[in-house]
Amino acid sequence: MASEFIQDPAKSSFNSASLRRNPTSPRTLFGLIMSGIAGLFTILAIIPLVIILAYLLGKGIAALRPEVFTELPPPPMVPGGGFGNAILGTAIMVGIGMLISVPIGIMAGIYLSEFSTGKLADWIRFLTNVLSGVPSIIIGVFAYGVIVLTTRSYSAWAGGFALAILMLPIIVRTTDEALKLVPQEVRQASIGVGANDYQTVLQIVLPAAVPAIITGVTLSVARAAGETAPLLFTALFTQYWPNWNNLLFEPTASLAVLVYNFAIVPFQNQQELAWAAAFILVVLVLLTSIISRIATARRTY
Amino acid sequence: MDQSYTNSRRLQPRPAIERNLDKAFVWAAKIFALAIAGVFVWITTQVTFQAMPAISEFGLGFLWTSSWNPVNSQFGILPAVYGTIVSSFIALLISIPIGLGVAIFLSEDYLPPKVQRIIVFLVELLAAVPSVVYGLWGIFVLIPFLSDFTPLRGPAMLPAALILSVMILPTIAAISRDAITSVPIDLRQAAVGLGATRWEAILKIIIPAASSGIIGGIMLALGRALGETMAVTMLIGNANTINPSVFAPSNTIASLLANQFAEASGLQVAALLYAALILFIITLIVNILAQLLVTRLQRI
Repeated sequence: MASEFIQDPAKSSFNSASLRRNPTSPRTLFGLIMSGIAGLFTILAIIPLVIILAYLLGKGIAALRPEVFTELPPPPMVPGGGFGNAILGTAIMVGIGMLISVPIGIMAGIYLSEFSTGKLADWIRFLTNVLSGVPSIIIGVFAYGVIVLTTRSYSAWAGGFALAILMLPIIVRTTDEALKLVPQEVRQASIGVGANDYQTVLQIVLPAAVPAIITGVTLSVARAAGETAPLLFTALFTQYWPNWNNLLFEPTASLAVLVYNFAIVPFQNQQELAWAAAFILVVLVLLTSIISRIATARRTY
Repeated sequence: MDQSYTNSRRLQPRPAIERNLDKAFVWAAKIFALAIAGVFVWITTQVTFQAMPAISEFGLGFLWTSSWNPVNSQFGILPAVYGTIVSSFIALLISIPIGLGVAIFLSEDYLPPKVQRIIVFLVELLAAVPSVVYGLWGIFVLIPFLSDFTPLRGPAMLPAALILSVMILPTIAAISRDAITSVPIDLRQAAVGLGATRWEAILKIIIPAASSGIIGGIMLALGRALGETMAVTMLIGNANTINPSVFAPSNTIASLLANQFAEASGLQVAALLYAALILFIITLIVNILAQLLVTRLQRI
């Protein structure tokens, strides 16, 4: 009865073969070619990283003798020497940067995640993002105007101040995100048993987020250690050890500026030290990136 | 009796000192958050006021004067503006197609998830390598390599732009990938249901839907390229001339600052501070537009 409605597949104008994937149709070929190009581009993007790491391993380790960690930079053409003062200088300036940016950054992150309502938080998040996009050399110009001009001296303080501003957005953002990952129920439970806001934040929420916050701080430290532009005319560079008697108010060496200074000179002994210092900086960045990747991989409370 | 006494004590309001402590903590947090906004305003005013003497000295002509001569106190940054724009433009030309290719390849199911995560991480690592290390590698590896088969002799526009493209690639790839993966899956399902192939769905449905995020990512990358200092300073040759050849040395605003600031004096410092203000304004506009585009993406 109903058979007149069911068409015989053989007689119908519909060709079931058209449902099969046709390997030579232009549409299939186009897809294959585009997939190939996308894959090729991905390989192309990774190649520079591999080549740079290979060169750093080759040239950096070759130049890495134990005395590079303890001795002072050598004059041109004199073999030996190291960059102990630059390692110490970088550590001092990154330390100053942390002292300024960690308390401000974490408190600002707490405000954004815990106490903020609406518009103000949106504005501050927006400005934090814009701040992280300001070129680092402009931060250098700013620190030069604020610290170097007023104290009339290039100093580790000026360098550390510039680094603090570069670290600040990273710390605010990671603290904000780390606190947001703590479930709302934890806060409700804490307030339910009678805790105040500050008790809830400091004793319950913050401890739960500490690993992620430490990760963010470490990442910002690694970034700051590799920054060169903001130190060029705030901390300058010196061949000598930091001088504590002068309260650090004098030019201070750093690893990043050492790489720059020794890369653009024609002397082979100094170029080798530049590779060794670059190797140390990249190892620092790689280690912190990998550790942070592992630490934030487990995103559960 | 005892029981009810302790209970009524417990239900009393908190002591004033504790309430004030609580309020103080919230206010302290708010003040530190406002300090972030304060830092931004401080940078803006400081950089602007530092440039004031030079603005009144050179006027707007500073922008289209092409000589930079500290001896005669003639200062203009046209060559540096030209170099900044051209180097960023070439870098974008290279990194937009590659970055988009990476973003698409890593948001589709070509690779097992574990391998995909590792490659995403490796692309992100490109952004973490300090720029001075890129510069070092460019001087000793890239420039000798390029001069083997091009007319390149020493530092020039081409190696600077190439390194710049490597440095901004992760920004474009990461943000475009975020934008692509946040396109609702219904759109793709509908496209495939209507008979689209994978690439028809990508090119006609997914990319247009993700376009505001992708453009935001490109703008962020542009902001980075315009302000990038160390690698460019080490590779571009720092010649204050306008030369259309990519094999000729050039200059950018950032590299001008990096090269001359520490040794400058008098009017030259003023001119450099003026140049810094111009770079700050350009990158600020690009960054604000980028942020607006990217945040619009997050609201979808």
